[in-house]
Amino acid sequence: MTALLEVSGISVTFDGFRAINNLSFSIDEGELRAIIGPNGAGKTTFMDIVTGKTKPDAGTVTFGERSISLLGLNEARIARAGVGRKFQRPTVFEDQTVEANLILALKANRSPWRVLFWSPKAADMARVQELATEVGLGDQLQRKSGELSHGQKQWLEIAMLLAQEPRLLLVDEPAAGMTPAEREQTTTLLVSLAKTRAVVVVEHDMEFVRRLNCRVTVLHEGSVLAEGSLDHVTRDPQVISVYLGRG
Amino acid sequence: MTRRSFFARNPSALIFIACLAVFTLAVTLMSEAYGPGLISTSFVKTLGKTLCLCLVALAMDLIWGYAGILSLGHMAFFALGGYMIGMWLMYARTEEIVVTALAQGGLPATPEEIQQGIATQIFGVVGSSDLPAIWSFAHSLPLQLILALAVPGLLALGFGWLAFRSRVTGVYLSILTQAMTLALALYLFQNDSGLRGNNGLSGLQNLPGLGDTAQDLVSIWFFWASALALGLGYLTLSWLVSGKFGSVVRAIRDDEARVRFLGYPVEVYKLFLFTLTALIAALAGVLYYPQAGIINPAELAPIASIYLAVWVAIGGRGRLYGAVLGAAFVSLLSSLFTSGRLPDIPLGPASLNWVDWWLVILGLSFVAVTLFAPKGIGGLFDRFQHIGAPDRKGAQLGPDDGSLQEQEAQK
Ligand SMILES: Nc1ncnc2c1ncn2[C@@H]1O[C@H](COP(=O)(O)OP(=O)(O)O)[C@@H](O)[C@H]1O
Ligand SMILES: [Mg+2]
Repeated sequence: MTALLEVSGISVTFDGFRAINNLSFSIDEGELRAIIGPNGAGKTTFMDIVTGKTKPDAGTVTFGERSISLLGLNEARIARAGVGRKFQRPTVFEDQTVEANLILALKANRSPWRVLFWSPKAADMARVQELATEVGLGDQLQRKSGELSHGQKQWLEIAMLLAQEPRLLLVDEPAAGMTPAEREQTTTLLVSLAKTRAVVVVEHDMEFVRRLNCRVTVLHEGSVLAEGSLDHVTRDPQVISVYLGRG
Repeated sequence: MTRRSFFARNPSALIFIACLAVFTLAVTLMSEAYGPGLISTSFVKTLGKTLCLCLVALAMDLIWGYAGILSLGHMAFFALGGYMIGMWLMYARTEEIVVTALAQGGLPATPEEIQQGIATQIFGVVGSSDLPAIWSFAHSLPLQLILALAVPGLLALGFGWLAFRSRVTGVYLSILTQAMTLALALYLFQNDSGLRGNNGLSGLQNLPGLGDTAQDLVSIWFFWASALALGLGYLTLSWLVSGKFGSVVRAIRDDEARVRFLGYPVEVYKLFLFTLTALIAALAGVLYYPQAGIINPAELAPIASIYLAVWVAIGGRGRLYGAVLGAAFVSLLSSLFTSGRLPDIPLGPASLNWVDWWLVILGLSFVAVTLFAPKGIGGLFDRFQHIGAPDRKGAQLGPDDGSLQEQEAQK
């Protein structure tokens, strides 16, 4: 199997503070991967780099079988290349309906001219309905998304990510602020998502990661501390000292 | 899936077009040209100019109300359009006069003589007798009309490209647009700018070749043209903001970073909107200045573009009819108060002079609208349709603080 995302030797400095320090690792096609690490370990910054929001000072990030470099591309180009991102807070367009939000995300040509003359085909609307139903919003299409509850907004955002059909999905702390039942649902969803695409989940809750049952990368002070199964990394003395030392 | 017709999806567009048609007909039938003259020719011109201001307000609403880009420079594009059409009007009209004058000498005038005569006539006031190079196309209406769109359009394209590419947003962008319009105004104030310095261009109400046609008629023709442009502009923009494109534009206003992560080239959208609205503003200017009769660099003063924003804010941004109502309401009131026809109100030792106090009143109403009625005049229509502002009572619908309450969600 070839790597879908290959990050090697990246470093980022914010005002003299090294948030990411010579970080390297890779994600395979269709892999589910959890990234854990204490607060401030650089997990969100890593996502910022892959999605083009932050430019690293050094290193390379390549994507896809032709290994295109993501560093020269802007956020929109990276998204079109097939990288989707879910933020920590739910970010949906609150002023617009659930349907409009999904149509925005639906995979289609993004150029202004093509969008201007876009009109909904039966297949598009069926797909919107299907996605909404999948996340339990099937009968809420005409509601303003600002009216939805926090959990529903999270789900809507997940449906929007599915509509984008990314090859790699980066999910930042999906379970934050969720009830235990919603967490359960979220794990199930992430596992099923990973069947058709690569998913990277950032989380610092060990219990949640255990349920994902996947390979785990531990970040600490901007670089990889350990990698392997959850049991493997939790036995690692360095990981224990980082977590317990702070805990 | 069956798709409802455009008007079924946008009932306000149909209502707007109907109102505009009735208004146009009523004014025509009351004008001096086609009726008993209940409306004076000068008031027909005021109304025609107001329609042009409504059109530029539509453009402002698209760029600010929908896309969230507070441009404070769009009246520069409006005035540039006016200058370009003004050059042809002044040139062609002067040409007629010069040809007639020279013909009285007996011999037919040579093209050089005519050219020289025109240059002296137009540029005598700034102490020059050469036609500047920028007047090279002024003899031709089609060429000058192309310039009337090309010059503002290319300026907007260039300015927008520089600004949006470096991701200038918010108040910095507003300041930059103010600087742009100020710089242009200062440039045009110079006599050697080639556009007659602070004299500007005048006599624009006299259409070349129509010297014998009364202004009664000309004014109503321009009124019709302005109404047509406003109607078409309204339909085009309603179509633009109603579909997926409008959805992207509003999304950019609300969270542009998120729109980028969906894969939309946000900068290209902004540039497209900025240029499109500049073109609409220029078109409005082309129709406005022949009715105003005169244009000078003061029209590009930064304050002009700020007024434009005030109209849209008072009318209610993010809804097209709001922009039109705001522009019509405020600019008509403004011409009433500044006409000097309203009697002063004696207040003991002092007296309230409307001409002096109008700006203060306008400023206060702007502050009042911003604070107490952010939806502007357009908000009144929501009252009718019972789209209330959130009235926070009852149990929350969701677990978080931000979600709407059950009553308000149903409205
Ligand atoms: N834009 C920024 N400017 C300055 N410091 C930043 C910026 N973004 C992140 N940091 C710092 O980088 C470190 C890593 O942050 P982050 O990636 O958000 O951590 P995590 O998501 O793992 O909790 C933190 O110490 C944070 O304060
Ligand atoms: Mg984080």
